[in-house]
Amino acid sequence: MTEKRTAATGSTLELSGLSAWYGEARVLSDVDLTVAPGEVVTLVGRNGAGKTTLLRSVMGLHRQVQGSVSWDGTDLGKASPDKRARAGIGWVPDDRGIYSTLSVAENLQLPPVTGSDAWSVEQVYEQFPVLHERRDFPGTKLSGGEQQMLAIARVLRMGSRLLLLDEPSEGLAPVIVQRIGEIIRQIKDQGVSVLLVEQNVKFASTVADRHYLLAQGRVVESLDNDSFQERTTELLEYLGM
Amino acid sequence: MIFGVLGVVNFSHGACYMLGAMIAAILLRDTGMTFWVALVVVPLVMFLIGVLMERLLVQWLLKLDPLYNFLLTFGLTLFTVDLVKRQYGVSSLAYPVPAGLGGRVSLGSVELSVYQIFAAAFSVLVCVVVWLVLTKTRVGMIVRASTEDAERSRALGINVARWVTPVFGFGIALAGLAGVLAAPTRSVNADMGSFFVIILFAIVVIGGLGSILGAVVAGFLVGLVEAYGQGYVGQFSQVLIFVLMALVILFRPAGLFGREEAA
Repeated sequence: MTEKRTAATGSTLELSGLSAWYGEARVLSDVDLTVAPGEVVTLVGRNGAGKTTLLRSVMGLHRQVQGSVSWDGTDLGKASPDKRARAGIGWVPDDRGIYSTLSVAENLQLPPVTGSDAWSVEQVYEQFPVLHERRDFPGTKLSGGEQQMLAIARVLRMGSRLLLLDEPSEGLAPVIVQRIGEIIRQIKDQGVSVLLVEQNVKFASTVADRHYLLAQGRVVESLDNDSFQERTTELLEYLGM
Repeated sequence: MIFGVLGVVNFSHGACYMLGAMIAAILLRDTGMTFWVALVVVPLVMFLIGVLMERLLVQWLLKLDPLYNFLLTFGLTLFTVDLVKRQYGVSSLAYPVPAGLGGRVSLGSVELSVYQIFAAAFSVLVCVVVWLVLTKTRVGMIVRASTEDAERSRALGINVARWVTPVFGFGIALAGLAGVLAAPTRSVNADMGSFFVIILFAIVVIGGLGSILGAVVAGFLVGLVEAYGQGYVGQFSQVLIFVLMALVILFRPAGLFGREEAA
């Protein structure tokens, strides 16, 4: 839909040797992972494999980490979450993170615009008419699916060039999951990258280019979508999903 | 509001209220500054005091349990009250009703002083202005969002830390403003803030911690209970406030407009 089909400004996310802890418990071990511009990459693994912690570490929300997270060629080091967000990383948490004290429109307009490819509010409303209809409602009065749309639209309006999507399909009706798949393919076409945490393997294989399989905080396999589809049953059995 | 945005339990509002009144009284005595000028100057001075408090003390404890800042601000309260006592004694300073607002009017069966009406109207005006800023401006939107969830706001690119100092200063300035408003109707002395905090505590608990609308509604409710209580049961009216608080906690543990803490 945007005219600018940017050949992406060339921002790559690169994790190398990333480990994370909760107190004494190690939840990620030496994770190496890259997301190239315009690439959709999923993290697949059962509950407690460290997927959400990985996203939180990229966002700078989880601080007990070692190893490096680099974005756009620079090591993010100890950069604060707000700095990372303004550098173009968009966070869509698993609870969708919609503010109940803000209206739908305010939820959308809260974050600062950080990228030149940021969607305008009009663009968002054109793409998601329901958000326009409900723009004066409190954010949490929307249905689960609408809240998910709002959470994604919010970071697109910021102009984020990498979306961290934490289980966007969770608890949603198939038709809405399908719609979210369409959105992901559409933003990918605009050169936005997506790092997707997903339990719904079928859904993951319809949108992703590559997959990382995570078990007990380690990357146990990294493969492209074709081989992922071929070996789905075997891999899921291995992961115990 | 301060609690929400900053996670600071500020117990020093009573002392700041007292300081506001004291500063106004001292400025009147020593420089002849009128009430109207004090109404502007004192909140500015209090804002600066708030900023200093936050920068020098409060910010260092932000990463710890909120209890530490509760203790800090409680300690500051005791310290300030004693400092004022040491300097100005325990007797009250005079603060006359400003010119033009003297006299009384009767409204039906009740007789009110003109100043009381002015103070009530002015408080409502301040509430409306604060409410408009919170609901209609971008700053207000950021404050509301950060009150609801500061971590999430940071992850959406908002530099929450940058807002902490001004919001804290603003809270202190409002307490100082309340002190100036109260000065002509009450005895201005070091202890005037101590009961105020207890009432404030009741208002916050009844309204729900961090809820702005709740605080306003509870404020009026407590005011009504106290006023009517005074009429019917005299001294006992202050007990009634806490009976009200107990009832609210019994039926709505998070306060009238509070959000239940997610498990």
